[in-house]
Amino acid sequence: MWELIQTNRRRSIVLFIGMGLSLLLLGFFIGEAFWGSDGWIAGMSIAFLIWLIMSAVSYFSGDAIVLAMSHAKRVTPEIHPRLFNVVEEMKIAANLPTMPKVYIIPDIAPNAFATGRNPETSSVVVTAGLLEKLDRDELQGVIAHEVSHITNRDILFMTFSAVILGSIVFLSHIFLRSLWFGGGRRSSSRSSSKGGGQLQLIMMLIAILLAVLAPIMAQLLYFAISRKREYLADASAIRLTRYPEGLASALEKIAASDINLESANKATAGLFIVNPLIKKGQRLTALTSTHPPVLERIKILRSIAGGANYADYQRAYSSLKQGTETRTSIIPPSGIQDTKKIELTKPGKREITAESSRRKLDDLIRTLNDFVFLQCTCGLKIKIPPDLKVNNISCPRCGRILEIPLSQLQRIKSRWKADKATNA
Amino acid sequence: MGILLILIGLIILFVLIFIGIYNSLVQLRNRVRNSWAQIDVQLKRRHDLIPNLVETAKGYMKHERTTFESITKARSEAMSAQSVGEKARAESNLNGAMSKFFLVVENYPELKANQNFLAVQEELTSTENKIAFARQNYNDQVLFFNNKIQMFPSNIVATMFNFKTSEYFELESATEREVPKVDFTS
Repeated sequence: MWELIQTNRRRSIVLFIGMGLSLLLLGFFIGEAFWGSDGWIAGMSIAFLIWLIMSAVSYFSGDAIVLAMSHAKRVTPEIHPRLFNVVEEMKIAANLPTMPKVYIIPDIAPNAFATGRNPETSSVVVTAGLLEKLDRDELQGVIAHEVSHITNRDILFMTFSAVILGSIVFLSHIFLRSLWFGGGRRSSSRSSSKGGGQLQLIMMLIAILLAVLAPIMAQLLYFAISRKREYLADASAIRLTRYPEGLASALEKIAASDINLESANKATAGLFIVNPLIKKGQRLTALTSTHPPVLERIKILRSIAGGANYADYQRAYSSLKQGTETRTSIIPPSGIQDTKKIELTKPGKREITAESSRRKLDDLIRTLNDFVFLQCTCGLKIKIPPDLKVNNISCPRCGRILEIPLSQLQRIKSRWKADKATNA
Repeated sequence: MGILLILIGLIILFVLIFIGIYNSLVQLRNRVRNSWAQIDVQLKRRHDLIPNLVETAKGYMKHERTTFESITKARSEAMSAQSVGEKARAESNLNGAMSKFFLVVENYPELKANQNFLAVQEELTSTENKIAFARQNYNDQVLFFNNKIQMFPSNIVATMFNFKTSEYFELESATEREVPKVDFTS
């Protein structure tokens, strides 16, 4: 799959240059609109500078930005042993050089993504809701999909696009807002020379048009390149787990959820395994999303028969797309050539059921939000928020006075801090 | 003079190709060894976990002496196995003993609700998966290595330096490949 990695690297460069050019274009017109006929020099140099800084920042700390934007918290194995186990299983299966860092987003909407620069510095992120909704095999499918993004070198590209897309959306937003606050004043003061004023007005109109279009264009570009890699990550995931039904039913559960992930936005949406921003019914069929329609992905996974090869996935894909896109190859040639038969695992792996999962989910989110749990001798579990300032609390059920473990609260608070320090 | 230069050039070219092939053979062999080491780590971990599981279960399952004995026996056999083939056989036996154990667990609902037992069971499940995935990876690496040894022109270098094909780690029959199924819904 070496050529795939090469392709991804090339695409990253194309995106890097393409985004740069569109930023320059935007800078040109905004400069013209604000500072008159010579404004394009200033506008373009500012755009160029922004481009350089953005690229450097997204290369070196794009993952940290994306993680911070989505409010993900790095966790230790004690917080969710099964998640760590599953990530380690996939690490072994994919022969990753190091264990990816594991993060949980304290949100009840089920979703997941991966980020990082290369396999050595990768992170896997899941939401608390995902952990509650999926059983072990399904979780394994999702993690396999994310680990595939890591081994296929999608993560750099995806993180990079998320940051650049985010900044383009942000910049044009600033520009459009600034029009309300005196942006036009400069042009009106110069309108003494009529021709110049008119030209500036035209420039202004173009700038506004571009500012509105740029984010949409950027998003479309991003979508165009990222659809294929979702299929590919599905195919690679099956090669790792050899159990298509796990991923299929996980996708089904995620798509069936009508809860929107609060911390996701336009820029980061493309990272997730299923688009986190679309409402229920739409999510299954949406055509112009970053991701291929989930329903289609599920159908392909369910129609895989005979083996877990890339060729088997391609066959399932082609037979589903009969007539329309039969000849589209989603798997690079070297993947297809790898014809060694890979047996599928039969269903019926041992499953450990979760008990009272809704309560577990709430507890997990509280743990992530630095709550401390206190067990009263009467059996009641009391949840103590991290900012509680008193030393004692009386049990609401039996009235016993309990001491607050302040040292534990402190330790938990400093845990995240230490974490942020290591991430930076 | 010209012919001599061409000859020298050719010889240098051959030497470089030779070095390249030799190095890639060494690299592939190291990958095979490394992935075997990974299987070994996980097998050892499973052997360490089994006594934990047995300890937790013993309190609840007073009348299942034979089940525990067969697990202990299979475990010690697996621990003393040496070659790849021997290990595969011993581990299959251990798998069989474990699946019998989990069938018996079905009759003890209190045990199935025990938090410690669930934790150990999760660890054991994960370790079994890790073994399976490490094996999957090992067999992939062996395939690459063996292909390289048998294909021209690397086979010449391989025979010169006595690189030997590696053994696949296959479990004996298809039924044993499956992890024991335990249904908790009933």
